[in-house]
Amino acid sequence: MALLEIRSITRRFGKLEAVKNVSLDVESGEFFTLLGPSGCGKTTILRMIAGFDQPDEGGLYLDGQPLADIPPERRPVHTVFQSYALFPHLTVSGNIAFPLEMAGRSRDEIRRRTGEVLALVHLEDKGDAFPHELSGGQKQRVALARGLVNKPRLLLLDEPLGALDAKLRERMQGELIALQREVGVTFVFVTHAQQEALALSHRIGVMNEGRIEQLDVPEALYCTPKSRFVADFIGTINLISAEVLDASRHGLRLDAASLGEITAPPLAQAVAGTRGTLAIRPEHLRISAYAKHIGLKNHFSGTVGEYLYRGDVTVYRVRLDNGLLLEALATNAGPGRARFHEIGDRVSVEWRHDAGVFLDH
Amino acid sequence: MPVSSSTTDRSARLTRWLVTAPPAGFLVVFFLIPALIMAGASFREPGEFGGLAPLAESGTSLEAYRFILDDVIYAWILAKSFAVAGLTTVICLLLAYPLAILIVRSPKRQRDLFVLLVILPFASNFLIRIYAWMIILGPLDLLYSPVAVIVGMVYVHLPFMILPLYTNLEKHDPALLEAAQDLGAGRWARFWRVTWPLSLPGVLSGSALVFIPVLGMFAVPELLGGTGDLLMGNLIKEQFLDNRDWPLGAALSLVLTLAVLAVAGLSAVLTRNRGQT
Repeated sequence: MALLEIRSITRRFGKLEAVKNVSLDVESGEFFTLLGPSGCGKTTILRMIAGFDQPDEGGLYLDGQPLADIPPERRPVHTVFQSYALFPHLTVSGNIAFPLEMAGRSRDEIRRRTGEVLALVHLEDKGDAFPHELSGGQKQRVALARGLVNKPRLLLLDEPLGALDAKLRERMQGELIALQREVGVTFVFVTHAQQEALALSHRIGVMNEGRIEQLDVPEALYCTPKSRFVADFIGTINLISAEVLDASRHGLRLDAASLGEITAPPLAQAVAGTRGTLAIRPEHLRISAYAKHIGLKNHFSGTVGEYLYRGDVTVYRVRLDNGLLLEALATNAGPGRARFHEIGDRVSVEWRHDAGVFLDH
Repeated sequence: MPVSSSTTDRSARLTRWLVTAPPAGFLVVFFLIPALIMAGASFREPGEFGGLAPLAESGTSLEAYRFILDDVIYAWILAKSFAVAGLTTVICLLLAYPLAILIVRSPKRQRDLFVLLVILPFASNFLIRIYAWMIILGPLDLLYSPVAVIVGMVYVHLPFMILPLYTNLEKHDPALLEAAQDLGAGRWARFWRVTWPLSLPGVLSGSALVFIPVLGMFAVPELLGGTGDLLMGNLIKEQFLDNRDWPLGAALSLVLTLAVLAVAGLSAVLTRNRGQT
């Protein structure tokens, strides 16, 4: 039995259906992420798990017990809020002790546990500080410590890294993974940042307009998205409209309007005549000087339109001779060479027959 | 281009002077100097028909203070005034707190209306409102009693408690209450552990705004209270207008001022130790 079971929940606000018939399980010890653009319903689901909102239909179960009649203060579920919501009149220790005091723990236990989590989040020397004396990253750690100290069955995290700058955010991601592994508490994480979701999660539910579009492990979401939305939302991807000419278990032959005949990996439900989109990641495209291609199945020539130099890699926008614009990514591993192709250079773009994924809708 | 810091410093200082000089001047002329005159008067002899005896003839004297210390009635009235002020403050707090919470939690448009209703009584004359209370309390057989004094005091000062509380509670981040609930706090724990401590600055300033004026208020006990309900305010007023003993009146008001300063100092210390909001 899963730790948290969400069964066909729907939540309406007036005419708007914020959450539409969502079902999912969160396993014990898991780092589960709800990922989606703002307004997709992910925060509404989080609030229903915490108990601040109730589904109009369907139900939530924790350890098999229905949560419907249990108020937020009696759910073994704690939340790390986006704004941290630290109590400004309490010290760091006072904030962390709060859930322990509410649970009626003994004075000795409170002192011991508070000290333990302070060490866990590397804030041993900040126990007597007030929240307004802390930096953003430190506040973040206090909020985490406060959420974890009473060992909840579930820790909900609502865009907890949203307010941090990029460098700190990256470091906190690392700390978050280590922390979750160390304490073994189940995390339900909500974010709109797809890279963060990929980096942190065991499994991700990608949400769009109140529905779960796809629920999978990060690699599967990235490599084999099941819909245009997921393909487009996670990472960058080239989308090429195409129609199936011929489908076999070895692969598809596609007629891409602008490219002519190309090949793609197999798709069970595709038959000749199926219309759809070939989605292919920039890093699966191989870019080389004109006529120096290595003879992969799909190869086309074009001109470099522009490029984005990112240090470790360069992303090229290549206008193929037949008009299609593709993004191709090349690593800058060559010693002393930062980039290889200039704007206006004639180049070849090619990809393997088993690269990309054909989406039939 | 580097800006000459001495020039900006000088113009900033000038601006500061221009802005602070008028109110400071006003306070010196109309508050500080009269207060000093009052303090001086308390060490003089009363004139034969009111006012003060000429300094050249009678010199200074501690007679007024000796008088206050000799008769326990003055200490008693001071204590009673403090009790009335304290009771008024507590009742105002008990009435104002739930009301302020109610206003803060109502929708934005209603909120403005409620605040308007709180300050609306100020639109009509203070004395007329007290006379209105005489008409209300008379048939209830409460007029000219300590109860009537408290009712009047509470009525007059309630807005001064509601407004600072409202201003304070309005600033509270609702996420804090949600966080408290999420972390296991029930209704009462949320109030006593989060709302109340965060509202202490508002409670203290509201209490000061009620407590201090009540101590010196003489119109309410004069109009609504009985003969036995003499408070410091009345006592001071009587020395000047009825008994023509200015030094005694001045000494009594100095004693009251010092008592108020002590209370204000105490509340300042409490606020500093509490509120880092």
